[in-house]
Amino acid sequence: MTSETRIEGKTAVLVLGCPQVPVQTGIALYLMSILRKKGVRAVVAGNRAARLLVEVSDPERHYVGEVMDIDRYIDEIADKKRSFDYHFIFIHNDAGVSYAATVQSLTGTTVIALIYGEHFQEMADLIEFPCEKIAAKAVHNPMPLKNKLDEVLPWVVSNL
Amino acid sequence: MGCIESMKYEIILRDASFRECRDYIRANCSEYVDVIPGFKIFDKHIIGVPPISIGFEGDLIIFPFTKPCYGTFLMKIEDHDEAVRIRQSALKLKK
Repeated sequence: MTSETRIEGKTAVLVLGCPQVPVQTGIALYLMSILRKKGVRAVVAGNRAARLLVEVSDPERHYVGEVMDIDRYIDEIADKKRSFDYHFIFIHNDAGVSYAATVQSLTGTTVIALIYGEHFQEMADLIEFPCEKIAAKAVHNPMPLKNKLDEVLPWVVSNL
Repeated sequence: MGCIESMKYEIILRDASFRECRDYIRANCSEYVDVIPGFKIFDKHIIGVPPISIGFEGDLIIFPFTKPCYGTFLMKIEDHDEAVRIRQSALKLKK
């Protein structure tokens, strides 16, 4: 059985941070396109600005499916009303690390941290809980993070 | 911030890190409890890296509040009933 068939029918959530770092929206859309090809249904959780950036960037909804408010996402996983197979947490600041730790603690699953921005190494070093880290210094140019994602995503989704 | 935003609050630290908030509470509050992420405070699930410290000065509750764009605020709100509830719930968590 290939990794492609194993993950068919699974669900993922992309937890977006503050959209102040330009690469976030592009990487989110790219990740959603990969997940869609693998048969994974992806949901986006974020604040209003982060959600609108994603929605405006994909008006025909080729990649974007359901979007939800980040507070509602936390409430629903905390109250066990909803669960996902993969939690991708976008991290470029301390708040992102706090959200990743919260999701890990609430779900007991290994979250996947996408760490980027000027201080990506500092943020990666703050993470001491079980987590798959995909980290690159990407601020305006998404390619370093995209390349890292291409390199490790097949392994990550087939092993979690 | 939901209901917390509409309450009378004071901000002690703004754009702080989770560690700064924890260190402040442990160094400056006469009483504190440690809780896990998702613990409810003012009906909101608390966000943070465990252990998350919540401090007390009588009925004053000192706690971190995280938003994606604004980082973590260390806030202070006075509420007798909520202070009692948090102390009791945190005790149950310990057992």
